[in-house]
Order: sequence, then C-alpha cells, then structure tokens
Amino acid sequence: MTKATAPGKTITRRNFLTLTAGAVGAIGTAKLIWPFINSMNPSADVLAQSTTDVDLSPIAEGQGITVIWRGKPIFIRHRTKQEIAEAERTPMADLLDPQPDSDRVKKGKDQWLVLIGICTHLGCIPTGQAPNSNRGKYDGWYCPCHGSLYDTSGRVRRGPAPTNLVVPPYVFTDGSNIRIGVEEETTNV
Amino acid sequence: MSSKVTRISNWIDYRLPIISMMKHELNEYPTPKNLNYWWNFGSLAGIVLMVMIISGIFLAMHYDPNTKNAFDSVEHIMRDVNGGWFLRYLHMNGASMFFIVVYIHIFRGMYYGSYKYPRELLWILGVVILLLMMATAFMGYVLPWGQMSFWGATVITNLFSAFPFGDSIVEWLWGGYSVDNPTLNRFFALHYLFPFLIVGVVFLHLIALHQHGSNNPLGIDRKEPRDSIPFHPYYTVKDLFGLGIFAFIWAFFIFFAPNFFGEPDNYIEADPLVTPPHIVPEWYFLPFYAILRSIPHKVAGVLAMVGAIFVLFFLPWLDTCKVRSAKFRPIYKKLFWLFVVNCFVLGFVGAHSPDEVFYYLGGMSNQELGQITTILYFAFFIIAVPLLGMFEKTTPLPASISEPVNRGGDRRKKSRQEAAA
Repeated sequence: MTKATAPGKTITRRNFLTLTAGAVGAIGTAKLIWPFINSMNPSADVLAQSTTDVDLSPIAEGQGITVIWRGKPIFIRHRTKQEIAEAERTPMADLLDPQPDSDRVKKGKDQWLVLIGICTHLGCIPTGQAPNSNRGKYDGWYCPCHGSLYDTSGRVRRGPAPTNLVVPPYVFTDGSNIRIGVEEETTNV
Repeated sequence: MSSKVTRISNWIDYRLPIISMMKHELNEYPTPKNLNYWWNFGSLAGIVLMVMIISGIFLAMHYDPNTKNAFDSVEHIMRDVNGGWFLRYLHMNGASMFFIVVYIHIFRGMYYGSYKYPRELLWILGVVILLLMMATAFMGYVLPWGQMSFWGATVITNLFSAFPFGDSIVEWLWGGYSVDNPTLNRFFALHYLFPFLIVGVVFLHLIALHQHGSNNPLGIDRKEPRDSIPFHPYYTVKDLFGLGIFAFIWAFFIFFAPNFFGEPDNYIEADPLVTPPHIVPEWYFLPFYAILRSIPHKVAGVLAMVGAIFVLFFLPWLDTCKVRSAKFRPIYKKLFWLFVVNCFVLGFVGAHSPDEVFYYLGGMSNQELGQITTILYFAFFIIAVPLLGMFEKTTPLPASISEPVNRGGDRRKKSRQEAAA
C-alpha cells in the first residue's frame, strides 16, 4: 500500500486517513458554525415587512412627508417647479455621484421625489423634511452628523457621503398612490 | 490552631498548588524597587474590571433588553430598585474611570518604553484588551436605548458598510434593516460576554508580565539582588494607597456629578426617525471619532480610524531605539508630550461640529484642525518614532537600578568608612 514519491518520503495509509478524516472534520465544523452565524441574519418576520402603500394626494406642493418602509424612513417630497428646474439645470460635472434628475423620478411624475431618508455616509437621518428645518446650501437635505449636503434631487453635493440618497423600488398603483417595495415589473401582486 | 490551618493548606496545596502559586507570584515575585506611582494604573485597571463585572451582573438582574422596555427598565433601576441608582452610576462612571486608567497605563508604557524587547507580546495583548474594552463599552452604551445609544449604534455599525459586501455585513450585525430589537438583544448578550473575554486576555497579559517582570522608570534591566523587592507587601501597599485616592475620585463622580461624562440626549428615548442635531460618542472615543470625520472619504476615514488603534500593534517595531525610558531620550520626551497634547486636541475636535470655525485660531475650521491633528497623530508613529530610533542621541544610562537610588547612601557609607579608617 505504500508508494514512494520522493527520496525518503512515502505516503502511507495513515497519511491518507489523517488527511481525509481531517478534511471531513473541517467541512463538518464549518457546516456546524454556519447556523450560528446565519441566526444573526434578519429573521423571517423582519423580512416580511416588504411593502408600504402611500396616498400622495394630501401632500401640497413644496411639502414633504416621511413614511416608514422596512423600519427605514422614506422621504417623499412634492417638489415645486423651481426645485425641479434647479435639479435639472445642475451640470453633471458639479456632482460627486453624477446621475441626471430624470433617472431618479418616474416619467411624467417628476414633481414626486421618493428617497430612502438615510445618509449614505453612516446612516443618520438628514434634516430638511419640515418646512423650517435646515435644508443646506442646495435646498435639499443636510446631514447633521458629518455635514453632508444633498440637492433637490437627493444627490450628494458635499461629502463625506459617497453616493446619492437611494431611490427605493416603488410603483404608482394609480395617479396618486404609490407602493414602496416593488419594482415596475411586479405591479399589483 | 495555626498548625491546623497549615496542615489543611498543605493538604490542599499538595493536590491543587494554588497556595504556592499565589506565594510565588506575590511574595517571591521580584519587582524593581524604583517603580513610581505611574505603575499603579495596571492594578487599578484590574480592580475596575472586577467592579464593572460585579455591578454589571447586578444591573442585568433588573434590566430588560427589549426596545419597548429597555429605556423604562433603566429608569426603573434608577427610581424603584433598592440602591439601583448607585449600581447604575457606579457602572456608568466606572466605564469612564476604566478608560482614564487604561489610557494613563498606555501613555505610561509609551513614556517608559515598556513595549520594547522582551515585552512586545505583553504590549500587544494590552492593545487587544483595549480593543475588547472599546467593543464592550460601545455595546454597553446602546443598552439604555436613549437617542445617543440608538444613533451611536447606527453610526458605528454603518462603519462596516465601507467594506466590500458592507450592506450584507451591516444587516447581519443588525439582524434587520435598521438598529432594532434584534440588535439590542445581541448587544446585551455580547456586552455580558466580552468582559469575561477581557479577563482571559488579562491573565495572558499577566503571564507575559511575570515572565520578564515589570519595566521601571529607568528602563534598564534588574542586575543585582538589591535592585528588586518582593511585590508583597511593598507594592500591594503602594497600590492600595493609589486605590484609595482613585476610589475617592470615582466616588466623587458617583455622588456629586453622576452625569458629568454623559450626554443629556441619552435621557430621551430612542427615536428611529429623528437624528439628534449633534451626535457625539462618549468622551473616550472622541479622538478616534475626530480622525474618522476629518477625512472626507468614507472608506479612507474608516481605515484611518481603525489604523489609529492598529498602529499601536506595530509600535515595538517602529521604535528601534534600544533605550527604553524617555528619561534618557531628550527629543523623544518632548515629542511624547506633544503627542499627548495632540490626543487632547483630537478629543476637542471630536466633541465639536465639523462646521465650527475657531476665530482664535485664525479662522481655522474644526474640519481643518482635525485634519492637521490627524496627520500629527500618524506622523508621530510613522515618521518621528522610526527617525528618532535612528538619529536620536540618548544620554548615558545608569549602571544599575540601585546606583542612582543608593548614590547618597553609598557616599555616606564610604565617608563613614573613611572616617573610621
């Protein structure tokens, strides 16, 4: 059963058994650790909080509301014509994370801006929702934690935030109602 | 009577040699005779750790780690539980005391070169203890479920989103899409566990310490028997005296200024929809928080903050100077104190908003002050310390520990001998 590989070195049945037993043991241990790690991932009831429906009709022009989706604040702002124009006019070269305003709103509904209201830096909630709150230099939102500024399209204009405020998946279920948490293709499940 | 006690202790020791081990580590353990009061802080740290564990266990008997009840259960401890206010203020101020003691202990090690050969692993174990302490303190601060608890937890856990697969890591840490009940539950479980891990590493720290014994203010090795004295009773008494003064200061905060180190915002219950206008961590994290904020790039900021602690792991190899004590290193001594001042300025930066402008500093913004002090912090370790190791001219070392200590006595003895002759 022994076989010579290099001078003075042989592979014995014992080497083979040690190696295979060790490998099986290592894989088994890894599989045993996984349930412990996975138990810390979001549980089924947390995952079940999938969609939130919002009626937009009571929101006046220039007003913003905050709703909750999956435990996160969602900013919905009914933008004024001036705010839309400001967002569309901004040259791409001035943006830290370039993205045209048209990519961040639904076609023909560009007065409605829907954003996850969490600063992309370290997760604080920016101010700018209430009419009298600090909206920063770009009329959007201001993050009190580390000073990031967002414009009227929710795009980052001054760091440390690395990216724009995230637009969550949502669809217009009719003219004035939206459902947050589903993409266009899976409307009205 | 005493012979009976001796017989019993001998019976035990023959089977379980704890008595002879204690005797060996305390009575016979030789300690340099010239240790000053800066050497008190190691034993103080051990005592604070014990007090924190005991007070924590008793607090846990009344605390409820559920987002609906956590805030109220802390108020229940404060108002209803017999002596609950004392236990909580002891524990809460104990965290600050622990960091004061440990930071002094670390600065002591840096000043007297205690991290150098052959105590590199002793130093590294100390840095591991510091990291475990930071994690424990952070999770403990979340438990009262106030506004600062919640938003501190949100900001710090989000640091992990800077890394690859960051979003999945952060959701795994939270057990959800935001800091919520699963997060509070696991933080409580881990806050209870980590102090015992610290105890384990402290034991390794002590084993490493007793291998080569304490460093001393002269930074030279013990050479002759008269350089050493037994730890007990000499340093047990000296440490107890230091403990008396320290306990006095701790008690002052517990009884007269219990919320001195805290943030008023943490007496407002956590609200996931409102970020306080100014989030600040506890004072002991401020210098590191300042480093994080000074760098206007997410990943680089996180790496700099982590690096500010990890650089300590490499200190034994960054410093190539063979002389340990700053007493004999004139330039290092000055730079060391500038480094200490710089750490305080970083703490100041961390406590203020990034947009603040200081007119008495020629209109410098807090952001710029933070950037300058961050560069100075790293420059100390990465530029100054290695260069000094190469070029600094050290002053002559004494021949032994006893030489400078006994110089007067030796001279008197000599003159007496001469007079006799």
